[in-house]
Amino acid sequence: MIECKNLSKRFNQFVAVDDLSFVANKGEVLGFLGPNGAGKSTTMKMITGFLQPTSGSVNVCGIDLFENPIAVKQKIGYLPEGAPSYDEMKVCDFIRFIARMRGIDKNQINTKVDEVVDRINLAKVYYQRIETLSKGFKRRVGLAQAIIHNPEVLILDEPTDGLDPNQKHDVRELITSMAKDKTIIISTHILEEVHAVCDRAVIIADGKIVADNTPGELENMSRFHNAVTFDANIDFSLLDEIKNLSCVRDVEFDSKKSKTTVFPAQGIYIFDEISDFLKQHNISVTRLTMEAGRLDEVFRSITLENKEVA
Amino acid sequence: MSPMNAVIRRELQGYFSTPIAYVFIVIFLILSGVFAFYLGGLYERNQADLAPFFGFHPWLYLFLVPAVSMRMWSEERRSGNIELLMTLPVSQKDLVLGKFFSSWIFVGIALFLTFPIWISINYLGEPDNGMIFASYIGSFLLAGAFLAIGSCISVASKNQVIAFILTAVICFVFLLAGLPLVLDFFSSWMPQFMVDAIASTSFLSHFGSINKGVLDLGDLVYFVMVIGVWLYATSVLLDIKKAD
Repeated sequence: MIECKNLSKRFNQFVAVDDLSFVANKGEVLGFLGPNGAGKSTTMKMITGFLQPTSGSVNVCGIDLFENPIAVKQKIGYLPEGAPSYDEMKVCDFIRFIARMRGIDKNQINTKVDEVVDRINLAKVYYQRIETLSKGFKRRVGLAQAIIHNPEVLILDEPTDGLDPNQKHDVRELITSMAKDKTIIISTHILEEVHAVCDRAVIIADGKIVADNTPGELENMSRFHNAVTFDANIDFSLLDEIKNLSCVRDVEFDSKKSKTTVFPAQGIYIFDEISDFLKQHNISVTRLTMEAGRLDEVFRSITLENKEVA
Repeated sequence: MSPMNAVIRRELQGYFSTPIAYVFIVIFLILSGVFAFYLGGLYERNQADLAPFFGFHPWLYLFLVPAVSMRMWSEERRSGNIELLMTLPVSQKDLVLGKFFSSWIFVGIALFLTFPIWISINYLGEPDNGMIFASYIGSFLLAGAFLAIGSCISVASKNQVIAFILTAVICFVFLLAGLPLVLDFFSSWMPQFMVDAIASTSFLSHFGSINKGVLDLGDLVYFVMVIGVWLYATSVLLDIKKAD
């Protein structure tokens, strides 16, 4: 469990993190979302004990970070942004080094290293120098060092940044497979990732939390939530008729793709109404879909709105 | 294995997995021999001692030690590894000491490899081996003091070239603190007792007295203190600089 209370960080005049409070529970994957420079990494650096907060407190698994930083660091596995490691070292030497630094018993190092190499699929590059590895493998080495001691808390700063779709998929599967008995925080600005792995999404903008919801709830905030889209050649007069239905708030028509999007009033379910309407008027529709909501649109509206207020 | 030992081991591995170690050792061995025989006239002066050999060590260290110390922390900061190191359950003291000791051990290995010159001088005559031993200790301590300075400067700058030059300059000032070259700069505007204090910090005079075969406790304590102070400064500076 991670509990942050009124966490703030100022660099001279610049406020990087502003009075942040949240709790992440065991078994939960918490996603930190936000534009670049919003304070995601700074928050992570404070939780992991790298940066001293200007004010506020951090509690990890019941231990106060400032009373016992070493004990807290023992509980955390951390993948810093860009997955730094020693380029000139071999993968095996690097993982062993981290295992020793984490105080893993001499007799157990071999089994622990084997376990993690197996889990992250590093056998192929085990004796290779880290500088010769591809980006994807480097990231995996970073993940391996983060989980070598089977930590209760995992903090991953942009774990999939710069990876190809297959590698992204692998990393996400790994995170999901570990989620059950750990507390995991990941930061990302890839919104599809929130859906793929996160139970909860915390959106940060300008150092403040502007939303803290499940991915589903965030989608509900979208104006596209329950919107119905269909492809058909349709008269403008009929579009006006749809617009005047009581359950419809607005209609958008893209003449280039002959695509129409119907927005419901207050996000209610209008799929049946629209499909009935189209049938009644004998309009041949090539595609008819209902949208769950668009995270990127919610993200934009929340983070930009916040900026305008500030 | 304690975390400090893990750091020492990794750092030593780091030195020897890059050409740095071999270049350093080879250059050190060649130059220390060349200086001793050609500039110091070790052979011609017909005395069974190694004074000409040890006499050039401060000047060799002046440009070789900064080359060892320059990447100690600056590289960690540049690569972002510092974030990894400092979020491991290890105290900062272990990191600072571990890195310092590994560099000191490394220079110690280079120094140890000069033993053929000791064998040669014993073959040629009957030197005072106690004095030679003391000189080795003195040389090792001097290298330690330079490395401690280098450790602190390499935290201050992410740029290794800057770290190299600054370390060399600061070591140079400390080395010559007792000579007019440095003292004249201070004596014009500082009270005499402070000038005397600066003069007493001269590495060269402390090194020289050990070199004469006098392993005085004062000189030992002096070098240990210098190392301690600069390593403490390293730790303080790390707190300030680590996040930049």
